[in-house]
Amino acid sequence: MSEDHGHDHAEIGPEDEHPGLQWDVSLSERAKRSLAMHELLIEKGVVTNEEVETASNNLRRRTPADGAKVVAKAWVDPEFKQRLLDDARAAVYELGYSLAHDAELSVVENTEDVHHVVVCTLCSCYPSSLLGPPPDWYKSFAYRQRTVIEPRSVMREFGLELSQDIQVRVVDSSADQRYLVLPERPAGTDGLTEEQLADLVTRDSMIGVTNPLSPEGAPIS
Amino acid sequence: MPGVHDRGGWPTDEMIDRSDHIWTDWEYKTHALVGALRFRELMNTDELRRGIEAIPSEDYEASSYYERWSRSLETILTEKGVLSTEEIDTKVKELEGRWESDS
Repeated sequence: MSEDHGHDHAEIGPEDEHPGLQWDVSLSERAKRSLAMHELLIEKGVVTNEEVETASNNLRRRTPADGAKVVAKAWVDPEFKQRLLDDARAAVYELGYSLAHDAELSVVENTEDVHHVVVCTLCSCYPSSLLGPPPDWYKSFAYRQRTVIEPRSVMREFGLELSQDIQVRVVDSSADQRYLVLPERPAGTDGLTEEQLADLVTRDSMIGVTNPLSPEGAPIS
Repeated sequence: MPGVHDRGGWPTDEMIDRSDHIWTDWEYKTHALVGALRFRELMNTDELRRGIEAIPSEDYEASSYYERWSRSLETILTEKGVLSTEEIDTKVKELEGRWESDS
């Protein structure tokens, strides 16, 4: 191991900056056992430090900006959009994104009549290959429990009040099947470039708990 | 009755806490270890899930997300004989000693 104290700030992105990773205080027993397994597995050569570093970097490689590029492309290119809905894996590969080999991805389209929202009631399955790791709330018991029975009330907490005329479809992810929401393109965006459109696509709008931003940057409800 | 992990539809009045915690180093390492083991074909997503879903209800609910991963990791690795509980116990003591002398 190149370090025995874990002060590997360099591998943590700027958005994660925080004073002093606390190692020796307030570590739970579980945390200590993880660190012990980490050191043992490398000592024994079961995995290499480089492999762990690579996996750690992979975890931070994707952010919601990646998913937003896919959505913006679908908004400006109807043929790409159709390919995305038909075979998401192949379509996102065109843009340089590779999905984890063991999880299929379906892109579900929001329209003026139908609104999709994604949950994983069993755990935390999420299209991380396009969005990065899920937010904490996505993994929370409250979100996992409530979304399948009261999605409108959940969305209301996120500031989205959907008309009763809009049908809500909740899609429940699994380890084998993940979902990304293709939000509806906001009105008044005809003059925007693909890049400008991508700025309107928030992480939460690709989970379906909100709509994308309006061209003025306000959440659309 | 569904397992403790199978939470869809369980009634609750709890609001959704939308704050995100800052990932600590051990959480990154736990996630990355599973990734590295997956790369070596020593562990897969279904095994990770099985290990998580086998955690007794009370512990499951009291644990943080990566504490559950960590527990599953230990379950699967000890089951496969890659590591033993005793080895991990010993290593924890060694690390504690090292942190003690460094602080």
